[in-house]
Amino acid sequence: MTTGTSGDVLLRATDVVKHFPVRSGSIFRRAVGAVHAVDGVSLEVRQGETLGLVGETGCGKSTLARCITRLYDLTSGTVEFDGADISKLGASAMRPYRREMQMIFQDPYGSLNPRRRVGSIIGDPFAIHGIASGQDRRRRVQEAMELVGLNPEHYNRFPAEFSGGQRQRIGIARALALRPKLVICDEPVSALDVSIQAQVINLLSDLQKELNLTYIFIAHDLSVVRHVSDRVAVMYLGKVAEIGPSEDIYQKGRHPYTQALLSAVPVPDPRKMEGRARIVLAGDVPSPLNPPTGCRFHPRCPKARDTCVSEDPPLIPRLGDPPIHAAACHFPVEVGEDISLSTPQISESERVIEGGLIGNA
Amino acid sequence: MGRFLVRRILQGLLVMWLVTIAAFCLFFIDPSGPMSVARRIGGRQATTQQLHRIIHDLGLNQPLYKQYWHFLWGAPGRPGLLQGGLGRDYYFGEPVTHILYQAAPITFSLAIGASVLWLAMGLASGILSAVRPRSFLDRFFTTIALFFYSMPTFVLGLLLLLIFYFDFTTKLHLAWFPAAGYVAFSHNPWEWVHHLILPWMTLAVVSAAAYTRLSRSSMLDVLGEDYIRTARAKGLTERRVVLRHGLRAALTPIVTQFGIDLAVLIGGAIVTEQVFSMQGLGFEAVQAINNQDLPVILGIVIVASAAVVIANIVVDIIYAVLDPRVRLN
Amino acid sequence: MTIGNVGATGELDLVTGTGPVEEAPEAAKVIQGRSPWRLAYERLRRDRAAVISAVIILIIVVCAIAAPVFASITGHGVNQQFRVIGLKADGFPTGVGGKFPLGTDDQGRDVLVRIAYGARVSLLVGVVTSAITVTIGAILGLMAGYLGRTVDTIVGRIIDVTLSIPFLLFAVALAAVEGGGSITLVITVLALFGWSSVARIVRGQVLSIREREYIEAARSLGAGSWRIMFIDIFPNVIAQVIVYASLLIPLSIVSEATLSYLSIGVQPPTADWGQMIFEAQQGGLYQVAWWFLVFPSLALLITTLAFNILGDGVRDAFDPRADRLFV
Repeated sequence: MTTGTSGDVLLRATDVVKHFPVRSGSIFRRAVGAVHAVDGVSLEVRQGETLGLVGETGCGKSTLARCITRLYDLTSGTVEFDGADISKLGASAMRPYRREMQMIFQDPYGSLNPRRRVGSIIGDPFAIHGIASGQDRRRRVQEAMELVGLNPEHYNRFPAEFSGGQRQRIGIARALALRPKLVICDEPVSALDVSIQAQVINLLSDLQKELNLTYIFIAHDLSVVRHVSDRVAVMYLGKVAEIGPSEDIYQKGRHPYTQALLSAVPVPDPRKMEGRARIVLAGDVPSPLNPPTGCRFHPRCPKARDTCVSEDPPLIPRLGDPPIHAAACHFPVEVGEDISLSTPQISESERVIEGGLIGNA
Repeated sequence: MGRFLVRRILQGLLVMWLVTIAAFCLFFIDPSGPMSVARRIGGRQATTQQLHRIIHDLGLNQPLYKQYWHFLWGAPGRPGLLQGGLGRDYYFGEPVTHILYQAAPITFSLAIGASVLWLAMGLASGILSAVRPRSFLDRFFTTIALFFYSMPTFVLGLLLLLIFYFDFTTKLHLAWFPAAGYVAFSHNPWEWVHHLILPWMTLAVVSAAAYTRLSRSSMLDVLGEDYIRTARAKGLTERRVVLRHGLRAALTPIVTQFGIDLAVLIGGAIVTEQVFSMQGLGFEAVQAINNQDLPVILGIVIVASAAVVIANIVVDIIYAVLDPRVRLN
Repeated sequence: MTIGNVGATGELDLVTGTGPVEEAPEAAKVIQGRSPWRLAYERLRRDRAAVISAVIILIIVVCAIAAPVFASITGHGVNQQFRVIGLKADGFPTGVGGKFPLGTDDQGRDVLVRIAYGARVSLLVGVVTSAITVTIGAILGLMAGYLGRTVDTIVGRIIDVTLSIPFLLFAVALAAVEGGGSITLVITVLALFGWSSVARIVRGQVLSIREREYIEAARSLGAGSWRIMFIDIFPNVIAQVIVYASLLIPLSIVSEATLSYLSIGVQPPTADWGQMIFEAQQGGLYQVAWWFLVFPSLALLITTLAFNILGDGVRDAFDPRADRLFV
């Protein structure tokens, strides 16, 4: 494996599409539709950086993560890791790549096998890749435990004997055991208490510096993502709505959806809260079985026009932004523009009425 | 519901087909060649000449797929399975179907009567136990259930015979129960029941015990659910809560188990028929094995399996009625 | 065995968010976790009925192993016929007491000794069948549940067929084909028809476990299917399997007795409880020699009952409920 220098592209996803077919029929199951979980996503992750991936539940971020790590097969598109195309590799061909690319899961209670001891769980990577065994493995497992702040004496305990935060640390120890290059954190702190969240996030930051890791950090909590990410990608209904450096997204978000998300983040200062305009989106996210035409956000967008209904906007820099900051919107938001004052200019039938879904699902 | 039914029937047909293949393989295939197969059919006493005749008659020299086809559809002069032919009994030349036709009603009377009895007893005692857990009634039923559950059918049958027939008749001079035999329903309904009481009890009690345990545990699970608590809080009478709401959910594992038990039922019938000397399918099967009479056994296996498959389809339909989610699958 | 103080060395500093690092990690001592096995075992120990049953089973096992001792004490071999002292003048067996503590059978053989030897067959068949059945069923259930699609369909169809053919009938048929019963036939048939229920149960569990995140985690680590099946999924299924195995033993014992009763199990003159009961029924013999029917039946009943109670205890130990009757 090459040791890339900081700044090299470590992971490149190109037009990744993942559809889950919906089957019907009793004996011969025909596909009558598909859930468009991920519908054409392209992005790059560079060595040493942290890419944040945000979006509502169901926007496809977890699916995308699993496509990248090949836990799912891609419906189409490519994924390149460290220069190699891993899109179609079989299980045994993928195995060496799995040493370099690991995942940390969301649920501290579900991601550890309740019937196995912690030492065995963390020792799994060593066993699977035939790296160490016996005393050597045990020593390395205990090293990993210390690395994440766990007591190595607890090697023989069961996950049930640990708290949520500690279990998440076990999951981190397991992921980092073989010193991978890329770590995908799938909502690693969403299931934890707020005070513990801080600990775990700090731990992840420290480890990144110590071990020269590259992160893809998936979350739905914007404030968390802002803290840890160099760049942020905002996803909506299977596509990337906007992507750019962290601060650019937060200060100069171009996509109306980004603005809506940002306005939903609570700010501790009550006076500031009062002064802010809340952008409330009507209705729910449409069903991925039948995504809206054109720009997927048009049914709920305060700035929707007819172009939005017919044409799907490409993900390119808008309004003179540098190439690194791109948005998929025909009518992006200017700095200082308050879109809570905008009204959509499309026919009623294309819009969401007051909390219901239109024509979808 | 219609689609579900169609699918289920198709599955059943597939299973039956596989059963015929299994039966065919068991009887007509032997690594040492057609001679051994013929010997099985002809019996230990068959002469070489007779064996050759068997080979000729049944076409045992032909390639296997042809033999299977004859078995299934038939050859000239020898109707196959699908045409209702099962060969002839090798001792008296009686067509196997004839034998089965006479024996089947006995077994079915036994089986159906017993299953009704055991479901009734098992459900009733199980529900009563579950409704008052840890009460005297509960302990009583559970202990009895455990006791009978541990008793083999034939032991129970013999003990029943010993006590109710022998002791009653000879010592108490109460000739209430006959020892053996069967009287057809069409001849005399009362005698039909009279002769079947002890066999029914034999077959039913052991299974009832199993169902008492099962329905008790299933009912307890259901009664612990939140929606039952809500029903009570709404003010429904306990009886309505248990029977109308609880029972419906509790029945599903019982129905599942019943489906599985249908196959075992035939086995239980075999034993009971032996004990009470009733000439049903089971009895004929045991006779046949003593006579090494393969065609009869083959016929019984197929008929019995078909009965089980059909009964299972019926059970699945009941299941779908009880649990609408199944239909949507 | 101590759990240790959770607060002690595992404490995390809430302010800085880092934990203390152990000074000397050479051969770090290790605290034993309290495994689910341990907990189950303790629950079982507290179940009085189960413990009593276990003791009874132990006694039966000892009797079976020490059957020759019975023979030497009474001076009667297991297949030895005592036509003179064992049978009365009219040819019927002598009753209980005297030289034959439990009476004789139709051929003048000592019932007590035969019961002791019969225990061997029953226990052997019970345990061996249960072990084989459960092993086959668990492996196939795992495969059907995890390897999915084709494997599942094939195994599923085989299970359907197996559950449709009445096992006893098939046993009878097989015995006809083989020209008589034998202990191998009994074990084979019982295992052949028993594994499907186990496989179904295991498959059901595997289907739900398969979707859990820790299985996903194992796959993302690069674990192959077989490793996942046996190292990750199986430990979560084994409790159910053990419970089923312990409840399968008495069922196997009863089935074996039934097969022998139908003369397709163990062949005479080997002593076997089911066989003895069959002989007792011949010609209505039991009506004049009740001991010949009653004692083997009692032996069967007690053995089966003991295993059933123990099996219930095992099940409750792994899955305790609040409504257990006898505490």
